[in-house]
Amino acid sequence: MNTFPVGTIFALSLTAYLGGALACLAGWQKPALCRYICCGSALAGAVFGGLAAVLGILQGTPFLWSMSSGIPLFTYSFEYDALAGFFNLILAILAGAVSFYSFSYLREFEGKRNIGFFGFLFLLLLLSLTIVFTAANAFLFLIGWEVMALVAYGLVTFYHEDRETRRAGLLYIVMAHIDAGCLLLGFALLMQVSGSADFASFRTAAAQLSSGQQAAAFVFFFLGFGIKAGIIPFHIWLPAAHPVAPSNISALLSGIVLKAGIYGMARIFLGGLGVLPSWAGLLVLIVGVASAVLGVLYALMEHDLKRLLAYHSIENIGIILIGLGAALVFRAAGHPQLAAVALIAAMFHTLNHAIFKCLLFLGAGSVLHSTGTRNMEEMGGLIRPMPVTAFCFLIGAIAISGLPPLNGFVSEWLTYQSLLAGYGATGGLTRILFPLAGSMLALTGALAAACFVKAFAITFLALPRSVESRTAHEAPRSMLVGMGWLTVACVALGLGVTWFLPVFDALTEQLLGQRVGTNLISGHGLVLSAGMPHGGTVSTAVIGVGLAILLIPAVLLVSIGARRYARKRGPTWDCGLPGLSEANEYTATAFSKPLRMIFSALYQPRREIQAVFDVSPYFPKEIRFESEIEPTFEKRLYVPLKDLLLRVSIRMRAIQAGSIHAYLAYIFVTLILLLLFGVRQ
Amino acid sequence: MTGLLAKAGLQLVLLLLVAPLLSGITKTLKARLQTRRGPGIVQFYRDIFKLFRKGMVIPETASWIFSATPYIVFVTAALVGLMIPMTTTDAPLSLFGGILAIVYLLALGRFFLALGGLDAGSSFGGLGSSREMTISAIAEPAMMLAIFTVALAANSTNLSEMAKVAVSQSWKFLAPSQMLAFAALFIVLIAETGRIPVDNPATHLELTMIHEAMILEYSGPYLALLEWGASIKQLVLMTLLVNTFFPFGLSSDWTARGLGLGLILYLTKLLLLLCLIVLVETTNAKLRLFRVPELLMASFIFGALALISTFLF
Repeated sequence: MNTFPVGTIFALSLTAYLGGALACLAGWQKPALCRYICCGSALAGAVFGGLAAVLGILQGTPFLWSMSSGIPLFTYSFEYDALAGFFNLILAILAGAVSFYSFSYLREFEGKRNIGFFGFLFLLLLLSLTIVFTAANAFLFLIGWEVMALVAYGLVTFYHEDRETRRAGLLYIVMAHIDAGCLLLGFALLMQVSGSADFASFRTAAAQLSSGQQAAAFVFFFLGFGIKAGIIPFHIWLPAAHPVAPSNISALLSGIVLKAGIYGMARIFLGGLGVLPSWAGLLVLIVGVASAVLGVLYALMEHDLKRLLAYHSIENIGIILIGLGAALVFRAAGHPQLAAVALIAAMFHTLNHAIFKCLLFLGAGSVLHSTGTRNMEEMGGLIRPMPVTAFCFLIGAIAISGLPPLNGFVSEWLTYQSLLAGYGATGGLTRILFPLAGSMLALTGALAAACFVKAFAITFLALPRSVESRTAHEAPRSMLVGMGWLTVACVALGLGVTWFLPVFDALTEQLLGQRVGTNLISGHGLVLSAGMPHGGTVSTAVIGVGLAILLIPAVLLVSIGARRYARKRGPTWDCGLPGLSEANEYTATAFSKPLRMIFSALYQPRREIQAVFDVSPYFPKEIRFESEIEPTFEKRLYVPLKDLLLRVSIRMRAIQAGSIHAYLAYIFVTLILLLLFGVRQ
Repeated sequence: MTGLLAKAGLQLVLLLLVAPLLSGITKTLKARLQTRRGPGIVQFYRDIFKLFRKGMVIPETASWIFSATPYIVFVTAALVGLMIPMTTTDAPLSLFGGILAIVYLLALGRFFLALGGLDAGSSFGGLGSSREMTISAIAEPAMMLAIFTVALAANSTNLSEMAKVAVSQSWKFLAPSQMLAFAALFIVLIAETGRIPVDNPATHLELTMIHEAMILEYSGPYLALLEWGASIKQLVLMTLLVNTFFPFGLSSDWTARGLGLGLILYLTKLLLLLCLIVLVETTNAKLRLFRVPELLMASFIFGALALISTFLF
C-alpha cells in the first residue's frame, strides 16, 4: 500500500491543532466563537490523528519525513512508526472525548475567563504531544517536550487567583525543568557517541556505547522520563498540579501527558540504548512496585476527589513500569518472546489507564461542575441527580480496580503472567523478585478496589451531605457524550481484547523483533493466553457472557418470590432512634481509618479532638475533629533538599556582588579556561 | 459446545446443592463441639427456600446499586465455581479463566457488596464495607504469593493444568513448599470466608461484625442470593485448597464411574477440611480487628517461605 495517505492525514491533524490554536488566539474577544473553534479543531485533529494512527498501524511500514533546518544537528524529522502510531492512537481517543466534553464545560468560562487563550494552550498541548510522539530528532523532541511543559504550566495555573494553584504550578514547572535537564544530558551523551541528533543514528550507534556510558545515559533518561511520569520519589508535583487544573485538562494531563514519560522510556530503553543490562530492568521493576504500592496507599488517605485520582495515576504508572521492567529484564536475559508479552502488558495498560483515568477525571469534573466542591465529604447521593455520570464513573472505577471483565483486568492479568514467567526465565536470587512483585501487584489491586469503593460510594451513594449535593444536576449532554465514549472504550477493550491484540504486533516487532500477538490468541479467537504451552488462559468475552447467562436463573428465583409478596421501601435501620440523617453516614475518613491504623508507620497520622462542654462532659455541645497524615516525602526528602539549596545560594551570594566589573572578570576567566580546555583536546 | 454446556450445567447443579450443605454441616459440627444440638444440616436449605418466598424491604435511601449487588455477588460466585476442578481435573470453564480470574471475579463481587453496604446510608454498612475491604486487601498479597508458589510448580495459572500436574505427583503435598503454601492459604481462607478468628458469622454486635454488617439491610430473596453466594464462595475456596494440595481421586474424564468415585472422595476431603476449620473456630476467640493484620502477616510470611523453599529444594 502507498504510505502517502498516512503522512497527509497526519499533517492535516497537525494543521488542525495549529490552525485552531492560532484562530483561538486571534478571536479571543468572541468567547462563543472560540469555544466552537477550540472544540471543533481539537475534534478534527483527533479524527485525523486517529485515522492516521489506525492506517499507520495497519500498514505497518514506518513513514519518515525529514527537512533540514540549516542549524547543525537539528532537523525537522518526524518518524511515524508503530510506537508513534500507538501513542497517537491513545492521544486521538482522549482528545476526541475531551473535545466533546469541553464544548459544554467551557461554557462556564464565558464572560469570566479568556476562552481564546485557554483554547490556544489546549490545542498547543495536543500539538506538542503529537510532536513528542513523532519526533525523530533529539532537538525537535526536546522542543516539543518543552512546549508541552510550558503549555501545561499555563493550563495548570489557569485558575491563577488561587494561591494553592500558583504554588502547584511553580512546583510543576521546577520539576518539569529538572526532567528536561536530565533528558538534555542523556541526549548529549548519545550525540557524543553517534555524532548526530537523529534517533535513527542513536539506534545504529548503540553498539558503540561503553557499558559506563550506557549506564549513565540510562540513569539520566530514567530520571528525566520518570519525573515526567510521576514515579516515586519524584511524584510530589503530580498530586499538587493535576487537581488544580480545569477538569478537562486534568483528564489530559493524567491520561496522556504522563504517558509521554512512558513513551520516552519505551523509545529510548528499547531502542537508542542498545540491550540494557538486567539491573536496569530490575531497577525499573522495583521503582514500579514502589510507585504502585505507595501511590495507592496515599490515594486511600485522600478525600479530595481529584487528588485521589492523581495519586492513582502514580499507582498505574507503577503497574506500567512493572511490565516495562520485566520486558527489559527478559530482553537482557535473551528471551525476546517473553519480553514482547511483558511489553504488550505495559503498553496495553498504558492505553487502558489513559482511557479510564481520563474517564474518571471527566466524571470528577462533572461532579465538581455540578456541586462546586472537590471534597468528597460534602458529596453523597449524587447517583440520583446525576445517573449517567454515576454510571460512567462506576465503569471507570471497576476498570481501574482491575476487575473483570473490563480492560484494566486484562492488562493486569498479562502483567501477572509476565511476572510468573519471569521466575522461570531468569536465574539467581533475583528471580524471587518476580513473584514478590506479583504479590505487591495483588496488594495494589485490592487497595485500589478499596479506594474506589470509597470514592464511588461516598460521592454517589446514600444521602447528600451538603446543600450543593442536594441541588446537584446532571451534566450537559456534550459532557456525557465525552464520558460515554470512553465508557464504551473501557467495555470494548475488556470484552474484545482478543480482536484488539494484533495491534501490538507491529509495536513488538519494531522494538523487539517479535510478533507474538497471534500466539496469545486461541480458542476460536476468544481466549487470551500467556503465550506459553499449558500456561494461563483467560477469556473476558466468555466471562462477560457467562455472567449474563447465570443472571437468568438468579433473576427468575427472585422474581418468582417477588411476584407473590410485596417489595416495599422502608427506612434504613436506625437502632430505634428515629431520624437517620446524613450525619450518621460513614465518611471517607472513617472508611479509610482501618488502613490508616494498619499502615500508621508510613502515614504517621496525627489527630486532634476538641470538645466543648456545657454542663456534663458526657454531652459535648460541639466537637472538632482534625486528622492529618505526614507527607513523608515532602518532609524527609524535599524540605532538607530545599534548605540545602537555600544555604548554598546564600553562600553563592558572596560572588554575586552585583558589580559589572566582577562579572566581566568572571566572563574573562571562564573564556580563558574554556580556551585552555579546548586547546588541550 | 453442547458438551461444554452439559458439563457446566452439571457442575452448576452440584455447586448450588453442595454449598448450602457445607454451611449446614459447619453449623451442626460447631454446635456439637460446643455440646449443643445445632440446627440440623439441612437448615440452610430451609432458610434459603423461606427467604425466597418472603417479601423484602429496601431502604429509602438506596439506589439501584443496592438491588444489583445480590445478583452480582451470586453470579460471580457461581461463575467462579465453574472454573474450578471439583470432581474431575477438567473443569468446564477452566480454559476461560484460571486462578487469577477467580481471585478477581470474587473481588468484583466484594466490590459491589461493599458498595451495597454503603448505599443504605447507615453506619453499620459503612463499617462492614470498610473492614471487609481492608481485610481483603491485606489478605491479597499472602494469597497471591501462595498461589504463585503452586502455579510455579505447575508452570500455569490454569486450574485444570495445575490439577493435572498435581494428580501426576500426588504426594507432592509433603514437600515443604507445598505445606507452607497450604498453611498460608488456610489462613487466607479463614479471612476470606469470614470465620473466627477474623470475623464471626454468628454475631450481630456492631463492634465485631464485618460481613453481617454489610448485608444488614438486605431481606427476602436478596438476602437469600447473598447468603447462597457467600456459601458458594466458601465452597470454591475450600475446593481450591483441597484439590490443589490433595488431588486424590480427581478423575481425568467425565465418565460416570470416575465422577462417582471423584465425588465421594471430594466430599470426604471437604469434610476433613471443614473439621479443621470448625476446630479452629471453636478453639479460638475472635481477634481484635487490629490484630488481624498480624495473622495475615503470618500468612504472608508462610507464603514467602514457601516460595523460597521452592527455590532451595
